Amino acid sequence: MKGRVPSSWLIAAFLAALALGPWLLPEFWITLANYIGLYALVALGLVLLTGVGGLTSFGQAAFVGLGAYTTAVLTTLTDLPPWLAWIGASPWLALLAGFAVTLLVAATLGSLTLRLSGHYLPLGTIAWGISLSFLFGTSQLLGGHTGLTGIAPIRVFGWTLDSGRAIYVLIWIFLLAGVFTTRNLLDSREGRAIRALKGGMVMAESMGVNTSASRMVAFVLAALMACASGWLYAHMQRFVNPTPFSLHMGIEYLFMAVIGGAGHVWGALLGAAVITISKTWLQDVLPQIVGQAGNFEVIVFGVLMIVILQRAPDGLWPVLVRWFHWLPVRSARRVIPSEVPPLARRALPGAGTTLLEVSGATKRFGGLVAVNDMQLAVRAGEIVALIGPNGAGKSTMFNLISGVLDATAGSFRFRAQDVGGHSSRDIAKMGLSRTFQHVRLMPQMTVLDNVAIGAHRREYPGLLPGVFGGAWRLDRRQESRLLAEAARQIERVGLADHMFDAAGSLPLGKQRILEIARALASDLCLLLLDEPAAGLRYLEKRALADLLRKLRSEGLAIMLVEHDMDFVMGLVDRVTVMDFGQRIAEGRPEDVQRDPRVLEAYLGGVDEADAAAEPAR
Amino acid sequence: MNFDIALLLAQDGITNGAIYALMALALVLAFAVTRVIFIPQGEFVAYGALTLVALQAGKLPGTIWLLLVAGALVVVAEAAAALRTKNWRRFGRVLLTNLGYPLALWALLRVLPLGEWPMALQVLFTLAIVVPLGPMIYRLAYEPLAEAPVLILLIVSVAVHVVLVGLGLLVFGAEGSRTPPFTEGTISLGALTASAQSLWVIGCSLALIVVLYLFFERTIYGKALRATAVNRRGAKLMGIPTEFAGRLSFFLCALIGALSGILIAPITTIYYDTGFLIGLKGFVAAIIGGLASYPIAAAGAVLVGLLEAYSSFWASAYKEVIVFTLIIPVLLWRSLRTHHVEEDE
Repeated sequence: MKGRVPSSWLIAAFLAALALGPWLLPEFWITLANYIGLYALVALGLVLLTGVGGLTSFGQAAFVGLGAYTTAVLTTLTDLPPWLAWIGASPWLALLAGFAVTLLVAATLGSLTLRLSGHYLPLGTIAWGISLSFLFGTSQLLGGHTGLTGIAPIRVFGWTLDSGRAIYVLIWIFLLAGVFTTRNLLDSREGRAIRALKGGMVMAESMGVNTSASRMVAFVLAALMACASGWLYAHMQRFVNPTPFSLHMGIEYLFMAVIGGAGHVWGALLGAAVITISKTWLQDVLPQIVGQAGNFEVIVFGVLMIVILQRAPDGLWPVLVRWFHWLPVRSARRVIPSEVPPLARRALPGAGTTLLEVSGATKRFGGLVAVNDMQLAVRAGEIVALIGPNGAGKSTMFNLISGVLDATAGSFRFRAQDVGGHSSRDIAKMGLSRTFQHVRLMPQMTVLDNVAIGAHRREYPGLLPGVFGGAWRLDRRQESRLLAEAARQIERVGLADHMFDAAGSLPLGKQRILEIARALASDLCLLLLDEPAAGLRYLEKRALADLLRKLRSEGLAIMLVEHDMDFVMGLVDRVTVMDFGQRIAEGRPEDVQRDPRVLEAYLGGVDEADAAAEPAR
Repeated sequence: MNFDIALLLAQDGITNGAIYALMALALVLAFAVTRVIFIPQGEFVAYGALTLVALQAGKLPGTIWLLLVAGALVVVAEAAAALRTKNWRRFGRVLLTNLGYPLALWALLRVLPLGEWPMALQVLFTLAIVVPLGPMIYRLAYEPLAEAPVLILLIVSVAVHVVLVGLGLLVFGAEGSRTPPFTEGTISLGALTASAQSLWVIGCSLALIVVLYLFFERTIYGKALRATAVNRRGAKLMGIPTEFAGRLSFFLCALIGALSGILIAPITTIYYDTGFLIGLKGFVAAIIGGLASYPIAAAGAVLVGLLEAYSSFWASAYKEVIVFTLIIPVLLWRSLRTHHVEEDE
């Protein structure tokens, strides 16, 4: 990027300015900077949850309160039972205790709502936010509305952080650590899964991603960041009361994230700064204007929110980057290591082994029977076409086989196991991968990242090792092997020139090819392709046919839905024809083409002269 | 607890439950038609009640200023849209309804001695002021984002809620108020003694539910809303514009909200921010109905009301906590029943 300052310089300058802060800034600005840091830490969690994961929470203030009250109770109350009292010896132990409590609450709340539609989590967090602030206010143990006082300052290596200037350092270390780990995480295997949550859940599940678990990771991490902010807050203020943990504050945190730019880690900092500084100013100015006391700044923030969502839904950070051309933009380009050992591959079943066997498959949508008593089989090392007129039920059949939809009835056996009623994730893990009729990919992510989602389950280390390894860069070896595999598949399908382009910028035909690369990146033995040749030019079709032949010779089983009969008939070993949800013919291409039932299905009866020439299209 | 107290609490619970049921119906309606999770629903309760209070006191209610400002903003937004599309055909009507109507209403309120008029007329004027705010809010806040994901619409809702509460404080002040009951006295039904106002609340709620039912079943506009709820694009192709359906459903939400406020103002003291909790309890009920089923939502609302009444007796400090915790088993049950991952709209 021409004229842009390298991001390392800018970050160095930012860090230097931060480090000089305590020596240069007056007390008022130190206090303000402390609050900005505390709020930005919470907003950062919301960036991960809302901007990246497509979920949201209004209850973050309650998690802040959980962190603050846990440390306040443990470090100030003297009549705690012995099994708790020892934690109060150090604020650092109390921080860990706060994390444990937050983890418990967030995991409970998450497990209740995260399997449901996305709006149940925010509604649940509203209820949780209200309940907890009522609890803080009414509980005698927690000091009711007056709260708890006498919280000790934090000590680090014999240094007591008892002034605003002293705790400033700790607050900003926490925030920068949060930014650092969040950025790392998003650039890892589990991070890609979280990034796929926003609009790509069906796709991600079909690639073997446990989307509920990914949602849970984002939610719990956001809650933990809020908890850390509360812990710092309690030891900065040295007292806690319920007010700063109310639902109103929870809403304000969300405003910070959205106004700053919920899709960007720096947006959290920008949003926290904008809201905190303008709030201080508005609280002085507004009561004078309207002539009465009250929190009128929320009117301004609310209106600002609505305007921003309407005019700049990605928040102020991208606007800032557009205005100031010298601001660095993270480049999507990266070095793909070539000298890494490839990912392990499962042994493919011998040619001719039956991989998929479906019988009696039926799917009803209300009164409509989309698939009716279908049967088909696919063996290793062959290409099977599923053809039929539009609306015959082919894509529904694919969705039933891959577990995206549940069948009403029927038996589905994949690799000699009954997979009827299994989730698409489980079936994907067993070695089935697919593309979609209506392309499902993450348009903002690069081609490389999109394909890497396909390799999500390859040598999978488990959820928690993946998250921690990603956040702390312990996964780099594995990650480079995974990216090398993705790059290999991209080259194989001929998209190497587009490796670092945003997937959404490709023409539709190439997006379909991208989906094939993504499917190949998984460790598969059966590939389902839904109209792979649609939108391709002649030469591209030929290249695709060559690729599919090569895959067949390697022992893969391929089933495809396709309307281009020239493409199908010269390529496949067997054809199954569907009409009105039923199998009407099956056999070698040349036999099927002569089958009178097939001709009737396509041409609407041989004697109808004006029949559409669908097969010859 | 003896039997009399139990009956008394039940009466309380059902009365409040009736209001929550109205909230829940409005919320389900807004969500089904526009996909908006309408957090600010409760604000109309406070606006309705406090506007009536002002009218009865012979004062000019602050909501008329909000109506004037919102109307003016709508005119500005429509003018900008007309400028862009170079289509000024509808602009006359826009001016009339968003500027002319609020100004005429303002003039009427200035000259008419509403404080001395019968309550029914005061109620009518209250509705005339508050209800048009519903479609105006839809036009200003939601319509430009009509195609946005549910999540964005939800965040807008929270922003609108915050703005409306702030404005409520601005125009009504921090003090709470009550209105005199529609009719004084109590009515004995065997062992049960009910206050007349409770019966008004329950009766009016039931009547409103019947009217809404008839509206949805029998009128072309009601059917248009139902069609939009089932399939937005299909409805649009059949000539039901999304904007029209949105404004109409917000009109109904505001009407239901304002009426609820008028109904309960004699029973509870209403503050500028009281509506939020009332609306949220309606939400708990709506969630019980999966944000989709009207009858289950209404039944859930009565359950919420009863739970609240009895927990205020047993553990009054934890009343709100208990009510909101009710959504946990509901969510758990819903969660266990879902099997498939679906894309959020």
